[in-house]
Amino acid sequence: MLAYRLRGGDLIVTLSGELDQLSADGARREVDALIAEYRPRRLVLEVGHLEFMDSSGIGMVIGRYKVMRRSGGSVAVRGARGAVEKVFALSGLYEIVERLA
Amino acid sequence: MQIKNEICVDFLSRMENVAFARLTVAAFLLAEDPTLEELGDIKTAVSEAVTNAIVHGYRAATGTVRMRARLGAEGDVEIEIVDNGCGIADIAQARKPFFSGDGGERAGMGFLVMESFMDSVEVESAPGEGTMVRMRKRLGAAQTAAARA
Ligand SMILES: Nc1ncnc2c1ncn2[C@@H]1O[C@H](COP(=O)(O)OP(=O)(O)OP(=O)(O)O)[C@@H](O)[C@H]1O
Ligand SMILES: [Mg+2]
Repeated sequence: MLAYRLRGGDLIVTLSGELDQLSADGARREVDALIAEYRPRRLVLEVGHLEFMDSSGIGMVIGRYKVMRRSGGSVAVRGARGAVEKVFALSGLYEIVERLA
Repeated sequence: MQIKNEICVDFLSRMENVAFARLTVAAFLLAEDPTLEELGDIKTAVSEAVTNAIVHGYRAATGTVRMRARLGAEGDVEIEIVDNGCGIADIAQARKPFFSGDGGERAGMGFLVMESFMDSVEVESAPGEGTMVRMRKRLGAAQTAAARA
């Protein structure tokens, strides 16, 4: 499930529920459509309400990082916890994606 | 391993069955009173292996994935995910962190997650014959270590 809002140059996308291969495909399409429409400087992914995520979610975030980079933009992640944070930490993604408190 | 309980489930290689598989394993283990972290680790590892069977093993085709989970008397968990898909030609390369044999948007992290979150991972595979991933984890290992310290 996905909700979004705009603030300054940020497109803030809130992900909730479970992010696996099945839901990552939908999230990928929806986020790309939002990026194309609003052309944000930064994509902020709020994942505090995400209950589950596997490597499909990491692939989805890396893909959006590449999309944002093409227009000189960046990606940030906020609120990962528990099992979700464990996957983020293992991925090394925080080296390219800002981790917001 | 002295087996206390065991389940075996066959399901079609449909993407919605990935959630079914990880929730089934969680339900199977619930009576053992695992920690949230143990449960999260095992669910994530199962999700990786089943996703691989469907996405890489069978690709566009539909086949059957078998998941067998065993629980030993000492709280040891053994999970096998088996597909009869395309198989893996170079297992060592496939297991390398961040390697993906897929052109799409993949992190190549599935085996890394399985190896990090479980105590051991074995892979048996042959091209054209399919793949078996066997993962083990001992529940309560953290508490046992803490009690010893
Ligand atoms: N069951 C399988 N059948 C055939 N090939 C497999 C199977 N499991 C894994 N592989 C091969 O091993 C590679 C590595 O798998 P791994 O799960 O680590 O990464 P990935 O699936 O490519 O990416 P991610 O898991 O991050 O989405 C795959 O890209 C694929 O080529
Ligand atoms: Mg994988």
